[in-house]
Amino acid sequence: MLPVLRVAFFIALKDIVRGNRWASVLTVVLITLTFVNLVIVSGILVGLIESSSLANRVRYSSDILLTPPTTKSYIEQSAAIISLIERTKGVVHYSTRYAEPAIITAGYKTKLNPKDAPDYARAIVAGIDPVRENDLTGIADKVIEGRFLKPNEFGTIVLGSNLLYKYIPIDSPGLQTLDIKGVGEKIRLEVGDNSKELVVVGIIKSKVGEIDQRMFVNANELRPLIRRNDLNVDEIAIQVASDLDVLQVKEALIAGGAEKFARIQTWEEAQPKFIQDIKNTFALIGAIIGSMGIVASSITIFIIVFVSAIVRRKQIGILKAIGINSNAIELAYAIQSLLYGALGISLGMIISFLVIKPYIDANPINFPFSDGIIATTWSSTLARIIVLFVATLCAGYIPAKLIVRKNTIDAILGK
Amino acid sequence: MLIQTKQLTKTYKDGKTFITALGGINLSIKKGEFVAITGRSGSGKSTLFHQIGLIDKPTSGTLIINGTNALILTEKEKTSFRLKHIGYIFQDYALIPTLTALENIILPLLMAGISRAKANTIAMQTLASVGLEGREKHLPSELSGGEQQSVSIARAISHNPTLILADEPTANLDNESSLRIMNIFKSLKSRDITVIIITHENEYAKMTDRIITLFDGRIEKEEDN
Repeated sequence: MLPVLRVAFFIALKDIVRGNRWASVLTVVLITLTFVNLVIVSGILVGLIESSSLANRVRYSSDILLTPPTTKSYIEQSAAIISLIERTKGVVHYSTRYAEPAIITAGYKTKLNPKDAPDYARAIVAGIDPVRENDLTGIADKVIEGRFLKPNEFGTIVLGSNLLYKYIPIDSPGLQTLDIKGVGEKIRLEVGDNSKELVVVGIIKSKVGEIDQRMFVNANELRPLIRRNDLNVDEIAIQVASDLDVLQVKEALIAGGAEKFARIQTWEEAQPKFIQDIKNTFALIGAIIGSMGIVASSITIFIIVFVSAIVRRKQIGILKAIGINSNAIELAYAIQSLLYGALGISLGMIISFLVIKPYIDANPINFPFSDGIIATTWSSTLARIIVLFVATLCAGYIPAKLIVRKNTIDAILGK
Repeated sequence: MLIQTKQLTKTYKDGKTFITALGGINLSIKKGEFVAITGRSGSGKSTLFHQIGLIDKPTSGTLIINGTNALILTEKEKTSFRLKHIGYIFQDYALIPTLTALENIILPLLMAGISRAKANTIAMQTLASVGLEGREKHLPSELSGGEQQSVSIARAISHNPTLILADEPTANLDNESSLRIMNIFKSLKSRDITVIIITHENEYAKMTDRIITLFDGRIEKEEDN
C-alpha cells in the first residue's frame, strides 16, 4: 500500500504544481464559493431569527423570567421572591415590572367633533424602576427620540415605536397606532377605570416586539393607577452571571419555593414557540440552498476532473503501461481533489470567519424585526466541511475511476 | 526462452465483420536477444507488440513470458508484471509532461517500492548511461526529441527489466540520435536484457540479432543478422 500512496502523492503534487493552473484555480475558487455559500446563506437565515431571539433575551426576558401562574393575575408574595432572588448565588441584576393592559389616547383636546374617531391604541403599560431596568436590559440605549425615564419622575411616559403611526405607517383596522409627532406630546393613559395625562418623553425602538409594543412609566406612577398597594409585581427578569448555568439558578429558585407563586422560565422557554419554529425552518431552507450549491459545485468539479482525465487518457494508459498501479492513478486524482478541497475550504473559512462574519457582526443587516447577524456553530461548520470534502472527493475520484478502468491499449490509443 | 507464443491470434470486430490482426503466431525469443519486428503498415507488428507487452489481450493462443503464462493474469497482475519484467518505449516518447526527466525515471522505481533516495541515485546513474547528465531537472518540453527518447529508454531500463519493448523508437529522430539510441539497445545485451523493437527502417533492423517480418498477421520470414 505504501508505494501506491507514495506514487499517488508524487503524481498529484507534481500535477498541481506543474499542471493546468487555471483548472486548479477554478476548482479551488469553486470550492471556496461553495463553502462561503454554505456557511453564509444558512448563517444569515438562522442569524435573522437568532439575533431576534438574542435581542429578546437581552432587552426583555433576560436569562430567567418570572411571570404569574396562569391562574393568577400577578406574582403573589413578590417581596419574598425578590428576597430569595437577592440571596440566590449567581444573580447579577434583576428588575421587577408591573404590566397591565391599557389604552393611550392622543389628540383628545383638539378633537372638534365628538363623533370623530379617537386617536388611540391598546397596549401593555409597564411600570418599572428605570435604573434597575436599564442596568438589566440597557434599554435606554434603544431610545431613538427624546430620553428614557428618570427615577421617581412623574407625569412622563416612554412609548414603544410600534405604537406610533410614523414608525408603522400601515392603515389597518386591526393595527392601532397613535398619529402623533412623538416627544413632547400629551397623551391620556387609561388603566381600568383610572386615567392620567402624561407627556411623551421618549420613543424606544429595539426590534423586540415585547418592548416596541409597550409603553413605560415609573412603577410609582403606575401602582396607584392599577390600585396595587401590596407591591406584588407582574414580571421579574433576572440576569445570571455568565459563568453560571441558567438552569442552576432556575433550580435554586424552584428549591426556594418561588414556583408556588410564579412561573419560572429560562430565556429559551420564555420565547414564543414560533421563533424556534422559524429558526428550524430557516435552517432547513439554508440547508436546502447549501445542498444545491454542493450539488452544483460537485457536478462542476466532476466535469473539470472528467475533462482533465479524458484529455490525459493517453497519459493514464502510459502510466499503466509502465507498471503504475491503477489504484495509485485513481488515488492521485483523489488526493488532488482533497488538496483542492482543503485549500478551497481554508480560503472559504478565512473569507467567512475573518472577513464576512466580523463585518456583519460589526454592521448587522438592518431587517425590520432584527439586526441580521451570521449565526454559525463549530459543529455545523465541521459538518459542512465534512460534506464538502466528501462531495469534492467523489467529484474528483469517480471520473478518474471511470477513465482509469478503461483498457490500457484503448487508453493509449485514445479510443 | 524468455518469450514463447503458440498460435497467438487476435481478431477485432469492426461493425459486423471480423478482422484477423494476428493469425496464429508461433514465436520464440531468447534471453538477451535483440530482435526487430518489421513489416508493412497493417501487417500486425503493433498488435503483436501489444500482446507481448500485456497491454492488450489476445483472442486465443498461448503467451509465456519468463516462465509465466501471461494470459491468465488479471489486469492488476499484468500491471505488476510489467513493472517487474517489462520496460516500455513508445514512438512518441510518452513521458509525463508534468515530471522532469529525473522524476519520469523515478516514478516506476517508487512504484516498485524503492526508497526515494535510492530511486534518485538509480535514476541519475541511468540518465548518465544514456548520455543525459545535467539534463535531469528539465521537463520533457525542454528536451529535444532524441533527449526525450533517451529519457524514455532510461525509464524503461532503470528498474532492470528482463524485456524491453520499443515501438518505432527511432521514427521521430534524426540519424545521429537514432544511431545513438540503437547503440544503447545493443549495449543492453551485456546486461542480458532482451530487446524487441518495431521498426520499418532496414538500416536499424540490421543492427539487431534477428529480424522477424510479419505479413497479414503471420510471420512471413525470420532472418538472423
